[in-house]
Amino acid sequence: MNARALPLYATIAIFLIAYLICYIQFPAMLSTRVIGNLLTDNAYLGVVAVGMTIVILSGGIDLSVGSVIAFSGVFIAVMLRDTGLHPLIVFVLLLAVTTAFGAAMGGLIHGLAMPPFIVTLAGMFLARGAAYMLTIDSVPIDHTFYDDVLQDAYYRMPGGGRLTLIGVVMLLSVAGGMTLAHRTRFGTAVYALGGGQQTARLMGVAVGRTTVLIYAFSGLMAGLSGIVFSIYTGSGYPLATVGTELTAIATVVIGGTILTGGAGYVFGTLVGVMTMGLIQTYIVFDGSLSSWWTKIVIGLLLLLFILLQKGLLIFGRKQRDIAA
Amino acid sequence: MLLTIEDLTKTFPGTVALDGVCFDLRAGEVHALLGENGAGKSTLVKCLTGVHARDSGTIWLEGKEISPASTLEAQEAGIGTVYQEVNLLPNLTVAENLTFGRQPTRFGMVSGRKMRAEAEAMLAGYGLDHVNVTRELGTYSVAVQQIVAIARAVALSGKVLILDEPTASLDARETETLFQVVRGLRERGLGIVFISHFLDQVFEISDRLTVLRNGRHITTADTAGMDRLELIHHMLGHELEEAEGRRRHRQGGVERLQVRGLARRGKIEPFDLTVREGEVIGLAGLLGSGRTETADVLFGRTPPDRGDATDADGPIDLRTPRTAIAAGFGYAPEDRKTDGVIADLSVRENIALALQARRGWTKPIPRAEQRRLANDYIRRLDIRTPGAEKAVGDLSGGNQQKVVLARWLAMNPRFLILDEPTRGIDVGAHAEILKLIGELTAQGMSILLISSEFDELIAASDRVIVVRDRRHVSELVGEEIETGRIIDAIAAHENGEGAMTP
Ligand SMILES: Nc1ncnc2c1ncn2[C@@H]1O[C@H](COP(=O)(O)OP(=O)(O)OP(=O)(O)O)[C@@H](O)[C@H]1O
Ligand SMILES: [Mg+2]
Repeated sequence: MNARALPLYATIAIFLIAYLICYIQFPAMLSTRVIGNLLTDNAYLGVVAVGMTIVILSGGIDLSVGSVIAFSGVFIAVMLRDTGLHPLIVFVLLLAVTTAFGAAMGGLIHGLAMPPFIVTLAGMFLARGAAYMLTIDSVPIDHTFYDDVLQDAYYRMPGGGRLTLIGVVMLLSVAGGMTLAHRTRFGTAVYALGGGQQTARLMGVAVGRTTVLIYAFSGLMAGLSGIVFSIYTGSGYPLATVGTELTAIATVVIGGTILTGGAGYVFGTLVGVMTMGLIQTYIVFDGSLSSWWTKIVIGLLLLLFILLQKGLLIFGRKQRDIAA
Repeated sequence: MLLTIEDLTKTFPGTVALDGVCFDLRAGEVHALLGENGAGKSTLVKCLTGVHARDSGTIWLEGKEISPASTLEAQEAGIGTVYQEVNLLPNLTVAENLTFGRQPTRFGMVSGRKMRAEAEAMLAGYGLDHVNVTRELGTYSVAVQQIVAIARAVALSGKVLILDEPTASLDARETETLFQVVRGLRERGLGIVFISHFLDQVFEISDRLTVLRNGRHITTADTAGMDRLELIHHMLGHELEEAEGRRRHRQGGVERLQVRGLARRGKIEPFDLTVREGEVIGLAGLLGSGRTETADVLFGRTPPDRGDATDADGPIDLRTPRTAIAAGFGYAPEDRKTDGVIADLSVRENIALALQARRGWTKPIPRAEQRRLANDYIRRLDIRTPGAEKAVGDLSGGNQQKVVLARWLAMNPRFLILDEPTRGIDVGAHAEILKLIGELTAQGMSILLISSEFDELIAASDRVIVVRDRRHVSELVGEEIETGRIIDAIAAHENGEGAMTP
């Protein structure tokens, strides 16, 4: 068995066990309704986590994404309110802005040899500030295209669950991320950077270009996540999604990607997102638990995964010793 | 001329690494690049391949001026390189490492099947049939990684192949395989630059050679017309101090350690070892025969699952390196690329590291003491550095190696394991290190010396233990220690499969 894939299997196993526990307690949880809601409610998180996975695989981090999502919501709401532009055109503009923003951060990280943590921290404040400059209030989105098409499009699954448009967007994002990470040269370069930047450079990785592309991709996904979030909430609010970057990082780690980069799978991140969603759903079903339990369980899960990864590393080394 | 470098100058803060160096390479030749540690060989390679920007100088490839700004551009121009420090990426699969940047794609997607086939084709002829290209590179030994790096560079080098100390972690058989490949490439008209401190290999494979000293070009000549002493003179700028012949064997010192039945399943079969005060025990054998494994078990790097060790005060705990260090053991490992120096720390800090760890962090070593220690070893090992405060990452490969050695010597352990202490170290420093081993044992230190170079073992050891197929098979004492006997012991009863690296 491939030792690299062990954390992924562990993640999947944990998700299935958790689901089984939920199912035994609340049989209703195994329904397409719940699954449809899981996808819909966590769509924005899933989309942004795909970008985060690529960044973390490369050994970086992107703290700006939460603010970028908020900025996106505000940008869309304000543009739709103040200009006559069609939402689709606004989307294109927005994605161009967030992608350029990510690319600029990547450029700084490479050009000035600065730690991604610092550069994206600055990006986090900048994007949040830009959102405030557009408005300080919550701006409702009032557009027929939103109400009748985007928010209303869904596929009714057998059993009555709704597979919404934004749920599909998330699944497509994951599929796209998987292709990018595992099936393209760019993806290999991302893993190479995560394995060691100095070595990667000597192997002929175009470090600068790859870094810029990685953060541009994360910016793009954050923008897309902002669109999804605006469809989900129907408004733009500069104070929204505070701390989402950290939740995204948590899902990536729970999904089995190593925080120091170089190893992990995009699919694991989807499982990580679903695991988080599952915990929330469980708490809703239970009714008596405070929503803070979500945080506690996520904290415990994170801890578990970090321990698991360490354990697997040691286990893998032992296996290798025996094989050798 | 295939490649011409003219007047290349490169300075680092505080160091002139290259000073107006000229170099040329013909198609269809192996050109050896020689010089002491820190002479500027790797820097020349890195300036040529765009890793470092040069201060001045011109490079022509096939008559056209080139100026690669990155490894990638150099590769595109047809220059493939194995750098001294690089081991490729352990987290990628062997196939990904081999095909990196040129993965076969279909409709923009990397085709796993084609990539595997291509990787297997690239590895053919290197004797690595047991390697599964879909496994991570990091799961294989350093030697395998080195060969993979070479295979990759060979495939990338349309015109020029540069090998910066490629044989430092290869055994004799792997080296021979490499040389066959190199000869094949030479026949195909490639120009090959070969850097090594093994002069035997230089004489065996190269057609011409160029010597650098202190960043200056000293001479370029036909290898055939050069004799060994003259070459060493060019490299060092003076004669090699007459090696002090063979060491006078010491026997019957006080017994210091007894090891009985120590073993680790799948690594090394049970062995006994008695270590006396002030003696040097040589450990001979092929790569992967159990030499390094013996050392790992003795030091707790792979905890033994059988056997015990005792000294005059009773049993010794060898389950982890920490307890082994506490018991007065030291170990300078072979794989210094991965667990050697901390590049960002200074020479002084690197040398003080192990000693500090042993004393505990609550009892810091005074600065002045650290500086004295560092300067002492800089002098004794001839570490070429502008000063004790220089970051180790800025030193040349061989000098970094000396720093690691100094770290363990500074601990002044009573039992020190040296695994290939002279790999990558130049002829001059080589003699210095052997001299130092003599001094240390005279002061009572016991040393276990692992080496693939028989001359070194013979010169330094009081007795030599031969390891084969993970077993200690024989012990040579006194007059028995000679090349022929060692080779016989290694080869005796050798069964068909031989000792491949795992
Ligand atoms: N990145 C760097 N920063 C500062 N100085 C450097 C750097 N790299 C090399 N040097 C200095 O340049 C000089 C030449 O080093 P180089 O690595 O070329 O030596 P070398 O001939 O390859 O030696 P070795 O046989 O030990 O590998 C040394 O004095 C070294 O300290
Ligand atoms: Mg070098």
